[in-house]
Amino acid sequence: MNEKVRFLQGNEACVEGALYAGLRFFAGYPITPSTELAEGLARRLPPIAGRFIQMEDEIGSLCAVLGASLTGLKAMTATSGPGFSLMQEAIGYGVMAEIPCVIVNVQRGGPSTGQPTHVSQGDVQQARWGTHGDHAIVAFTASNVKDVFRMTVEAFNVSESFRTPVILLLDEVVGHMRERLRIPEEGELPVVERLLTQVPQTVDFHPYLPREDGRLPMAHFGGHHRHNVTGLAHNIWGFPADDPASVDRLMHHLVGKIDNRAMEFAHWVDHQADDAEILLISYGASARSALDVVRRFRERGDRVGLLELQTLWPFPAALVRERCAQARRVAVVEMNMGQICREVQRVAQDPDRVYLVNQVDGRLVGPDTINQALRMIQGRGF
Amino acid sequence: MATLDYVRRRFLPHIWCPGCGHGTLMATLVRAIEELAIPKDQIVMASGIGCSSRIVGYLDLHTLHTLHGRALAFATGVKMAKPDLHVIVPMGDGDALAIGGNHFIHACARNIDLTAIIMNNQTYGMTGGQVSPMTGHGERATTMPYGNLGQALDVVAVARAAGATYVARSTVYHAPQLKKLLMKAIQHRGFSVVEVLTQCPTYYGRLNQRGDAVEMMTWFKEHAVPVGSDARKDDPARFEVGEFVNVERPEYCASYDEIVTRLKPREDEHA
Ligand SMILES: Cc1ncc(C[n+]2csc(CCOP(=O)(O)OP(=O)(O)O)c2C)c(N)n1
Ligand code: SF4
Repeated sequence: MNEKVRFLQGNEACVEGALYAGLRFFAGYPITPSTELAEGLARRLPPIAGRFIQMEDEIGSLCAVLGASLTGLKAMTATSGPGFSLMQEAIGYGVMAEIPCVIVNVQRGGPSTGQPTHVSQGDVQQARWGTHGDHAIVAFTASNVKDVFRMTVEAFNVSESFRTPVILLLDEVVGHMRERLRIPEEGELPVVERLLTQVPQTVDFHPYLPREDGRLPMAHFGGHHRHNVTGLAHNIWGFPADDPASVDRLMHHLVGKIDNRAMEFAHWVDHQADDAEILLISYGASARSALDVVRRFRERGDRVGLLELQTLWPFPAALVRERCAQARRVAVVEMNMGQICREVQRVAQDPDRVYLVNQVDGRLVGPDTINQALRMIQGRGF
Repeated sequence: MATLDYVRRRFLPHIWCPGCGHGTLMATLVRAIEELAIPKDQIVMASGIGCSSRIVGYLDLHTLHTLHGRALAFATGVKMAKPDLHVIVPMGDGDALAIGGNHFIHACARNIDLTAIIMNNQTYGMTGGQVSPMTGHGERATTMPYGNLGQALDVVAVARAAGATYVARSTVYHAPQLKKLLMKAIQHRGFSVVEVLTQCPTYYGRLNQRGDAVEMMTWFKEHAVPVGSDARKDDPARFEVGEFVNVERPEYCASYDEIVTRLKPREDEHA
């Protein structure tokens, strides 16, 4: 067998994807169901002179990642529910100081310690609004091992391009299930390097002056352009500044550079969605069951389709609005109390035709559950 | 290089109150760096949040003003990523030992080559004089209006027990000694801790009737005794200054690099 074809867990595929993207620094703290990421990188990073460190907690882990990123290394951390909660303050720091990094959250049941070994998609809105203050964020997800690899690479690419933390929201099922994965050849998938300043050493460098396209060239710690990095509102030098003009410019830049690119960051897969009378919208592990249901209904000649989202934030509103307009009824399948459903209802022309099909008991929402719900939605009863 | 070459004059004046000891520490630290002749490009200074932590913004180094309590965690990432850089971490006493206490203990235990400077003014200056882990028993703070129920933490003992390989204490009154200790700490290969007593006349001084900055510095002068001196028996308010720990143990990044070197040939064999 070609050694590039492997039988891997989602978490292991995430390790491979990160290394493919050029990851050279990982800091983390053990937590189920994400620990395979830390264990995998503890083995894989030292032989390529990359850096691995187990920190004393998740707060320290993300802080170390942010520090390492400022020296020029592609950096990542991985965690799950409780650890993701602890990281929130540092996520905001990464947003404010515009530091590239990838944060993997392999979701488990919550709130609190919840169900450590069971699946959930309960952190979707936390990924969006978990850190304090108005801000924008990018979050990706995936429903199979191949896409975990691809979306991990994409997470690094977006993070490095736009100097922003990117969250990869996996779940316990996708993280632990095994599938065949062919590791792409070098060059097969694009790998983006961050933009570095070309400003000569003797010229005043403005680390926080965005170009017209919203991107900001960086200068790394250890180089010639010494500058300040802070979580306080700051001016173009990165020095604390609270004059209304600086703060207003900063806020609009931070939100605009992400939210104005919602469709550029949007990744999705249409599974017979174009002619669907009933459109399922799902993501992550629940999209696998939804896809199974689409096949069953299609076999009977029912026009059911699935829009599988791989970008959750910024929410691809234009895409979802358009797909919803084509369908008679929309059912959002997810393992939480309706965290993406409420986004779909927000953007659909007719929110009354958007239904939630969910399961929150720690088990994967199965095809039978979805099947039953669809029969009700169709008015066919149980 | 002149001392002022280390200062980002564009961003002055600073935010500190008149008489605050933090400026003295900054000037002394700059002189220590200057005397060591370390190029500015090779120094990262990472701090947390507090009056003390604002020091980094004024210095023309690679500067990282982080989150309250998290400076050592950020610094650990910087150092692991680029071990050739000198990483200096000035922190307030609350920053380093209350909210950041866990990172402090573990940085000591790793013996990672960082220089931690604890600017101990026995209070929370930035937020207006609340109790800190360094406030003494019975002393006043806005959140201990009837006197502090707890005791001041002995940083030197904590750092030693946790495994720091260089531990020293001085005050902003003893600037020449402080400079020497800072120089040794920066040169030390391993985790070094320098506790610096500094005055906050605005809150700690006022709440505890310690007088103005001059009186507070005079108190440091009169109560500091050399390490090992038995003069403390006569007056429990006296405190030791000087070097407490200076030992060698494997440094974290160096140990990591040994593993990287050990693994390299094995990888080649597979290739
Ligand atoms: C997570 C968090 N909690 C609380 C604060 C508020 N805060 C800012 S500075 C500070 C304490 C400062 O005291 P210290 O670290 O001793 O430094 P000093 O100001 O005395 O130099 C606190 C509690 C904060 N910024 N972040
Ligand atoms: S409040 Fe205290 S610590 Fe803060 S600047 Fe003023 S004197 Fe210094």
